[in-house]
Amino acid sequence: MSDSLNESSLRQLARLACVELSAEELARLPTQFHSILGLIDRLQQVDTRGVKPLAQSFDLTLRLRDDEITTRDQRELFQSLAPEVADGLYLVPRVIE
Amino acid sequence: MKWEMVIGLETHVQLATRSKMFSGSPTAFGASPNVQADAVDLALPGVLPVPNRQAVADAIRFGLAVGAQINSHSWFERKNYFYPDLPKGYQISQYEEPVVKGGVVTFDLEGVPHQVLLTRAHLEEDAGKSLHEDFHGRSGIDLNRAGTPLLEIVTEPVMRSAAEAVAYARTLHQLVTWIGICDGNMQEGSFRCDANVSVRPRGQVEFGTRCEIKNLNSFRFLEQAILHEFERQVELLESGGKVIQETRLYDPERDETRTMRSKEDAQDYRYFPDPDLPPLCIDAAWIEQERTALPELPAALAQRLQTRFGLSAYDAGLLTVSREWARYFLTMTEEGTLDPKLCANWMTGELAATLKRAGLEVQDSPVSAHQLAALLRRIQDGTLSGKMAREVFEILWQEGGEVDALIADRGLSQVSDNAVLEKLIDELLAAHPAQVEEFRAGKDKVFGFFVGRAMKASGGRANPQQLNELLRRKLSGS
Amino acid sequence: MNLDDTSLRALCAGLRERTFSSEELTRAYLQRIERHDTHLGCFITVDPERSLAQARAADVRLARGEGGPLTGIPVAHKDIFCAEGWRTTCGSRMLSNFVAPYDAHVIQRFNEAGAVILGKTNMDEFAMGSSNETSFYGPVHNPWQTAHVPGGSSGGSAAAVAARLAPLATATDTGGSIRQPAAFCGISGLKPTYGRVSRYGMIAFASSLDQGGLMAPSAADLAWGLGTLVGFDERDATSLARPAEDFSTQLEPSLEGLRIGLPRQYFGAGVDPEVAQALEEALRVYESRGARLVEVDLPHSDLSVPVYYVLAPAEASSNLSRYDGVRYGWRAQQYGDLDEMIARSRAEGFGAEVKLRILTGAYVLSQGYYDAYYLQAQRVRRLIQQDFLQAFEQCDVLMGPTTPSTAFRFGDKGSDPVQMYLSDIFTIGVNLAGLPGMSIPVGFDGQGLPVGLQLIGPHFSEARLLAVAHGYQQATDWHARAPGRGEKA
Repeated sequence: MSDSLNESSLRQLARLACVELSAEELARLPTQFHSILGLIDRLQQVDTRGVKPLAQSFDLTLRLRDDEITTRDQRELFQSLAPEVADGLYLVPRVIE
Repeated sequence: MKWEMVIGLETHVQLATRSKMFSGSPTAFGASPNVQADAVDLALPGVLPVPNRQAVADAIRFGLAVGAQINSHSWFERKNYFYPDLPKGYQISQYEEPVVKGGVVTFDLEGVPHQVLLTRAHLEEDAGKSLHEDFHGRSGIDLNRAGTPLLEIVTEPVMRSAAEAVAYARTLHQLVTWIGICDGNMQEGSFRCDANVSVRPRGQVEFGTRCEIKNLNSFRFLEQAILHEFERQVELLESGGKVIQETRLYDPERDETRTMRSKEDAQDYRYFPDPDLPPLCIDAAWIEQERTALPELPAALAQRLQTRFGLSAYDAGLLTVSREWARYFLTMTEEGTLDPKLCANWMTGELAATLKRAGLEVQDSPVSAHQLAALLRRIQDGTLSGKMAREVFEILWQEGGEVDALIADRGLSQVSDNAVLEKLIDELLAAHPAQVEEFRAGKDKVFGFFVGRAMKASGGRANPQQLNELLRRKLSGS
Repeated sequence: MNLDDTSLRALCAGLRERTFSSEELTRAYLQRIERHDTHLGCFITVDPERSLAQARAADVRLARGEGGPLTGIPVAHKDIFCAEGWRTTCGSRMLSNFVAPYDAHVIQRFNEAGAVILGKTNMDEFAMGSSNETSFYGPVHNPWQTAHVPGGSSGGSAAAVAARLAPLATATDTGGSIRQPAAFCGISGLKPTYGRVSRYGMIAFASSLDQGGLMAPSAADLAWGLGTLVGFDERDATSLARPAEDFSTQLEPSLEGLRIGLPRQYFGAGVDPEVAQALEEALRVYESRGARLVEVDLPHSDLSVPVYYVLAPAEASSNLSRYDGVRYGWRAQQYGDLDEMIARSRAEGFGAEVKLRILTGAYVLSQGYYDAYYLQAQRVRRLIQQDFLQAFEQCDVLMGPTTPSTAFRFGDKGSDPVQMYLSDIFTIGVNLAGLPGMSIPVGFDGQGLPVGLQLIGPHFSEARLLAVAHGYQQATDWHARAPGRGEKA
């Protein structure tokens, strides 16, 4: 159903997935995509009228939890993993709204 | 006017649960940054969401309160986008099948009944906050709010004025606090509106291009933002321009809206059912259970106050502004001996004013419903004048105490004894023969002089009605 | 110390009878790792002090006569499971500095059982791969032929068990990541029914398919460990509450009357003749023990790879969005604004295969493609599941090759990703249907590389699968063979 991706749609996809692509990747990926799309496009030939989508391997129903506080403050431990923190906040380059 | 405004509102109601939508961390407001963000809220590798039953119950309750359909089979989806205050890189929300479908919110606006149709209400989680104070030119991320349960309530584009939108929002605010699913605190962001505004020439059927104004967290801002957006769009169209579909931000300091993002860079959110969460099933038994737990709703109670107590629609509306307020009134009248109108007047007058001055809510009033009822009983039986009752109310407010004991201790009861009053008047007339002559010569306003003197002589305790009658009789010489 | 018999039953007996302590046993395995792992690359992280501390704690329990079947037993854990205080990388540079602040449910259960964490094993990055070549921490070599891959994504666990660097290992299986490397390395591997093993703390690849499991030389060993692995966890909304089972007492060997279904589609062209040959001999063993062979049909099985390569990348692209360099994980050194920081951190932190799958996933979920790819894949997924359920009306267990060929050489699959993807053609259907599956060794090819037999059962039939595998292993000794023979710990 779809041709291979051109460079501009690949860039658009990379923006959605928020990942920078190198020149090498921009050159290599279209061929790989072409191959993958060839694989998954085989699904289009299947007649699935009347078939309910299966999201999980069982038709499970959702289990809910009681409204209880079960955690404690572990900020120090968690923030020991962070690249940059100050005054209990995670720091990032300025967010522009 | 040539232009008609079309408004739809999306309201984010923060649910008053103890713990978050998908984790066991607390939701309390105002904690220091990130102490209420656990492994799940921080989206550490490997963690999983488990939904809060109470949040679902709250959604059911809301659906019942607006006469909506409760979806027996809904599900959670992932809304994918990158933002540093969105730890997973997706928000768990509901898209295809929300938990609540349809419903209607009704209210009176300037005496005219209005109905606002709801499209849906769905459950989702809140994001964290980005703080822009100067951390050496960087932003700080606080994830305490991340994962707080929200019910997003969406209307159809059925409102036609800012006043109608505000009235809807106020009614909705009253309703969600009334049924106890939201604390209603707008400063803390517990109730926030996004307004979709478009304009079209009157008589045109098709909608104009809409703009969405985000994060309006007061009724005043909501009204101002809509009015400004309306003016902006009309100006644009009248000068031959076109409205571009976009998201705008209202700046209350400058009283204007400005572009946040346009449709061109609108995100493709790639919604898909969250594979960590099987479908949410709500059976009839659960719905019935929530229905039983639902209190009498404000509109129904207001109706009952009118029919049973003979109150005006206006008073009934004032008394049902909140559940606590209504409870105060019902407590006062439960014994059945007090005049409901007297109760209503005192609540909306003296009590409301004093609470407002003190910055208190009715549930925190130092004068309880029982105390106020006891006080009004003494007005009703003539022991106290209105003025004296206000004095007693002041003492109750400041010092507390028991109404009848206060009246006795301070000698505050009204003089209604005819003999006492007659004696007092006789002395007064004897002391001021010239004024008596003046009155009798037709100078009617001298009457006021005598009332004042008599009141003063009684220490302010003379029953005013009785005093008036006796005085007029004696002055007329009958 | 004498480690002739490293079956879990024997090791447990040795610990109970104080023939050796857990500390001695752990040291012996740590020494084997030290000696052999530089050539094999099975482990990403080994921390002898932590392991020995756990071993000494187990010895205290054992001395008091306490503990269960795994108390004091060293277990290698795939580096996809968060273990508190242990660096947990998921095979990625993205998590190269991530010291897990909490235990996965699986780790918690093993810790509570008194097992010793022997180390964290190498894997394809975020479990995306079939050869262990996508790991940021270098390849794992197949202990039988080091120029060949061990399979993936649980290549480190499989090679460690095969080389007898660990008596038991945890692993995960999203599209064959336990069964395929087990087959390539000549060991036994089990992927339980979806929902039996909590996914809490198991770093997500494709949530609706991921399932934790075990690897060990024999089915009896797997049965010994399985009771600890499975169990309900309220923190995983897809975790299933099941009555507790003692799998190791259900290994009754009788295969009399067993109906073995042979899916027509698993025995066609594309299966290496040497693999087919070994399988045929294995089936003859079953027949000789009273089993009956039934041909069955899985008509949609050739669609399992396309379905998988829509659903798994879609879920993965979303699951891996949390790696943004804000709260933990890799952050680029050089960047301008916020968007660039996130995009570059991800570009640097993720390897090529992960990026390819993230982009594929974003593509199939994007506007205009969702219905055609994602929803259609979910519909075909149901057809595939129905195929299996219908097949189980005619048989008790399905058998077939785990992989079309034995372990391939490094780099053999070239740059076309689909060539690699197709090597999972026989394993993926099981994940799509949520079924339990196993692979056991049934012989070798001419190059001396192991061949795996796949066993597939109905939902929750783990005990039966283990018994069926055990019955075979009582009649054969493929599972007892190890590379580099003659060496003792």
